[in-house]
Amino acid sequence: MLQALRRKLNERFATWALRTRPPEPVPVLLSQRRVYILPSRAGLLYAVSLIVMLIGAINYNLSLGYALVFLLTGLGVTAILHTFRNLVGLAITVGAAAPVFAGDIARFPLILHNPDARPRRLLRVALPDQAVMSSDIPARGSTRVLLPQRAPRRGWLAMPRATIETVWPLGLIRTWSYTAPALSCLIYPKPASAVPPVPTFGDLKGGRLSSDTGDEDFAGLRRHQPSDPPHHVAWKTAARQGPDAPLQTKQFAGTATQALWLDWDALPPRMDAETRLSILARWVLDAEADGLAWGLRLPGSEIAQAHGPDHLHTSLKALALYGQ
Amino acid sequence: MQTWWLLAAGIAAFAPLVAQLPPWLAALTTITFFWRGTLAWLRRPLPGRWLLVCVSLAGAAGVMEQYRTLFGQQAGVALLVLFLALKQLEARAPRDGLAIVLLAYFLTLTQFFENQSIPVALTMIATVVITTAALASLTDSQARPAGLVRLAGLMLAQSLPFMLILFVLFPRISGPLWGLPADAYSSLTGLSDNMSPGAINNLIQSDAIAFRVKFDNKVPAQKDLYWRGPVLALLDGRTWRPGGMTSRTSKLAYASSANAPAYAYTVTLEPHNKPWLFALEFPTTVPAIGFTTNDFQLHARRPVRERIRYDMRSQPAVQFPEEDPRLLAEALALPLLDNPRTLGLGGGWKSTGGTDEERLRRAIDFMRDQRLLYTLQPPLMSMNVADEFLFDYKRGFCEHFSAAFVVLMRAAGIPARVVTGYQGGERNPVDDTWVIRQSDAHAWAEVWLAKRGWVRVDPTAVSMPRRIEQNLAAAVPEGDSLPLLSRAGFDWLREMRFRWWAINNSWNQWVLGYDPQRQREFLQKLGMAAPDWQTMTATLAVLCGSMLLGLTGWMLWRRPRLDPVERQWRRLSRRLGKQGLARHSWEGPQDYARRIARTQPAKAAEIDRIAALYAGLRYGSLPARQIDELRRRIAAFTP
Repeated sequence: MLQALRRKLNERFATWALRTRPPEPVPVLLSQRRVYILPSRAGLLYAVSLIVMLIGAINYNLSLGYALVFLLTGLGVTAILHTFRNLVGLAITVGAAAPVFAGDIARFPLILHNPDARPRRLLRVALPDQAVMSSDIPARGSTRVLLPQRAPRRGWLAMPRATIETVWPLGLIRTWSYTAPALSCLIYPKPASAVPPVPTFGDLKGGRLSSDTGDEDFAGLRRHQPSDPPHHVAWKTAARQGPDAPLQTKQFAGTATQALWLDWDALPPRMDAETRLSILARWVLDAEADGLAWGLRLPGSEIAQAHGPDHLHTSLKALALYGQ
Repeated sequence: MQTWWLLAAGIAAFAPLVAQLPPWLAALTTITFFWRGTLAWLRRPLPGRWLLVCVSLAGAAGVMEQYRTLFGQQAGVALLVLFLALKQLEARAPRDGLAIVLLAYFLTLTQFFENQSIPVALTMIATVVITTAALASLTDSQARPAGLVRLAGLMLAQSLPFMLILFVLFPRISGPLWGLPADAYSSLTGLSDNMSPGAINNLIQSDAIAFRVKFDNKVPAQKDLYWRGPVLALLDGRTWRPGGMTSRTSKLAYASSANAPAYAYTVTLEPHNKPWLFALEFPTTVPAIGFTTNDFQLHARRPVRERIRYDMRSQPAVQFPEEDPRLLAEALALPLLDNPRTLGLGGGWKSTGGTDEERLRRAIDFMRDQRLLYTLQPPLMSMNVADEFLFDYKRGFCEHFSAAFVVLMRAAGIPARVVTGYQGGERNPVDDTWVIRQSDAHAWAEVWLAKRGWVRVDPTAVSMPRRIEQNLAAAVPEGDSLPLLSRAGFDWLREMRFRWWAINNSWNQWVLGYDPQRQREFLQKLGMAAPDWQTMTATLAVLCGSMLLGLTGWMLWRRPRLDPVERQWRRLSRRLGKQGLARHSWEGPQDYARRIARTQPAKAAEIDRIAALYAGLRYGSLPARQIDELRRRIAAFTP
C-alpha cells in the first residue's frame, strides 16, 4: 500500500522532472534545470552524526569539536558540488539497438559524452526495475552503456525512461536525471521449439532438412558471400588459386531451384496467429542455417525468395510487425 | 581495498585515544585490528557471528567493571572503541562500512575531551583525511589509494572556507546543555578546598598550566606575586578546611587606598573544576562571572570547567574594616590536645604579654632560628604535624611551614589562617604573558593585627627566601626531583619553550577560548554593530550561500576552449576586421582567402598559403607541427 503510493509519487515526479514529453530529441544535454540532487541514505546518516557531534561539542564546550563538525559540514557541502558536477553537462546520444527475440533481453545502447577535461566517474544508468549499469567516462570521451530490458512481446519495444544517477565521490549525495530519447528495439517473434517441418518437404520425416534435396547436384561456382554456409565454400578451388583469390561458393542445382515457400496458410487453419508467427520464425531460421533460399507468404504480403542475413532480417521483421 | 581503508580509518581514530583507554581495552582493540588485517591478507572468511557476540558482551562487561557504568563519558568512549574494533570483523555490507566511518569521525571528536592542543589538532586533520578517503572508497572500491587520499585532501581543502565561516559566525552557546556525567571533569587538576600534608606536594610535581596573566602595564616584583586562592581557617586533625564563618558578600570588604600602587591585568584561567578564581592580593574589582567572600576570596558562580578570561585590578595595600568577631574567634580556635609543644611555646609568649606585633616578631625569629629546611620530600608525620615539623624533623614543605606557623600564632593568641594559592610565575619574553603553573602552588599565612588588619606572613619565605625571590629550583636541595621545566641549566630549551608557549597562548585565546564573549568582541571589531544570534545566523546564511554560489560557478563554468589552430585563424580575422574584412561566420577558408585576395591582390599568394595551411591543419592531414608556420605567417601578415 505504502509502497504503491511511493511508486506512484515517484512516477509523477519523474514525469514532471523530465521536463519534456518523451521521446526527446537527441542529443540530450543534462542541463542544471533537469539534474536533481538530494542526500542519499548515507548522507542522512552522516547529517545525523554531525548533529550528534555538534551537540557533544556544545555540551562539553569543545572548541576543536566545533572545528571538526564544521569541517565535516563543509565536506558535505563540497560533496554536493562534486557530485553535481559529475553529472551535469553530460550529453547523451543513442546507438542502434540490435533486434532480439521475444523472451530475450533487449539492450538499448546509450552513448554518454563527456565534454569536460576531467573524467566522470561511476555514473549509474538503469531502466525502471532493471539492472543498473555503472560506467566511467574518460575526459572529453564517450562511453557506451547497454541498458538491459526484458522483451516479452514481438514488435517494437520503445526504451522506457532511463534514470541516470551518481553518488560519486563520497556516496553522501545522490544526483540524478531522467532521459527518454527516441530509441526502439525490434523484437522478433519467439521461435517455436517444437515445429512441424518446413512444408515443402512434406514427407514429415523430421525437423531438419535432409540431404536428399539435391544438394549434390553441383551447378557451378559463384563469388562467396559471408552468409554462405562454410561447407559450401569451394575450398579446393581456394587452395588451388592461392590466398589472394576471392573465395567461391559451390552452387547446387537443388538449392537454387527449390521453390521453398514458408506459407502462413500452410499451417493448420485453427492455429492462432502468434503460434503461426512463432513457427514461421523457426522455419526462417532453420532455412537460413541450412543455406536455403526461401520466400515468405503472409496474409496480404509476400517476400520474394532469397537468402542471407538481410533477407533473414527482412523476414523476421515482417513476422515481428505482423498485424501491428 | 575497502577493507584496508576501513581498517586504516579505525586505526586512525583509535590511535589518539590509546592513552585514555584502559590497557586491556587498548590491547583488545589492537588485537582485533591485527586479526582483521591478517584475515584480509590471507583472504580468509570473517569469524562467525556468535563469536563476535561473545567478544562484545565480554568487552561491555569489562567496561562496566572498569567504570561502574556504561553511560559515563569515559565508559561511552571505551564502548565506542570496542564497537569500532568489532565492526571491522563484521563489515560485510556497505552499510557496515558507513558505520565504521561515522564511528571513526565521532571518536575523532572524543579525543578532545582530554586534550585540545595544537598537536592534537594536527592529528585530527590526518585522521579526517584518512577517514574521508575510507568513505570515498565505499563508493569507488577500485580507486587507487593515492587517488583517494588526493581526493579527500582536495575536498577537505575546499571545505576549509566553510569551516572558517561557521567557526567564526556560528552562534556560540555556553554549555552544558544538560547535566554532564559525573566523570566529565575527572581529568582536571588544581588546588582543592582543603589542605593536608602532601596535597600541594602532589600538585607541585605537575608542569600543567594553572593560569596565564597579562599585565596591562606595571608588573609587581616576583616576590609580591601572591595569587590568592582558597582560605583555610579550620584545623580538623591534620587537615585544614575552609572556615564555617565564611560568607558571600555583595561588595568588597575593604577600601582601596587611592595613592597605593594598583595593577590591572587579564587572567586566563585553565579549567580546574573548582569555583576559585585567582587574583593578586588584594582584588579591588570583582569579575562579572564571580563574587567575593568575607575572607577576600574570589569565587566563580559555577565550577570553572572551561577556560575563562577575566579582567582584574589589584592593590597590595588596602584598608581593612573592623573584622567580624566570629571570624576572629574562628581564626583562634585550635584542637586542645594536638601539638602540645607548639601550644606550649605560643601559650608562653601569650602569658608574657607584649603587643601582637612583638609576638609576631618572636614567632618569625623562632622559625628562622629553627633552621627549617624546605624540601619536596618531607618525612611522614603523624597527627601533631606542627610539633613534629618545628621540633623534630625540621624539614617540610610550604604546607608544613604555613600550618605550623598558623598553629603557633593561634597558640600565642593572634588570629591567623592559612591561605593557599600560587606564588610567582614565569614571564614569557616572547609575548610578555606570565605563566603560572601547578608547580607554583603555594600556601602561606595571614594574621590579624589590630589597627593594621590582615597581614600576610609567608613562613616559607622567612626560612627559605630564595623560594619566593627566585623559584622552586633555587629553594630545594639538589637531588630533590623537580618538574623538568623548573630545573636550571636548560636555557635553550626554555627559549624554545617560551616560543611554543606564546603560540599556544594565542591558540588558547583565539581557537579554544572562542566563547560567546570572545565571539561578540571579535565580531564587533569586524564591524558588526550588534552581534546577536539573529544577525550572526543571517550573516552566516548569506556568506555560506554566496560562497556556495561562487564555488558552483567556478566548478561549472567552462571557458570555451579553442584549439590553437582555430585561435590563430580567429586572430587573423580579428586583425583583418580593422579593415572591415572580418570573416563571415558562414565563410570557409578558401572563400575568405579569395575575398581578401580580391581586395588586396598584392597579398594574394600569402593569404592563399595561410588559408591552405589552416584548412590542412584543421580538416586535412597536415602534421601538427605545421602550426608553427601558420602562427609565423599570421603574425607577419599585415593587410
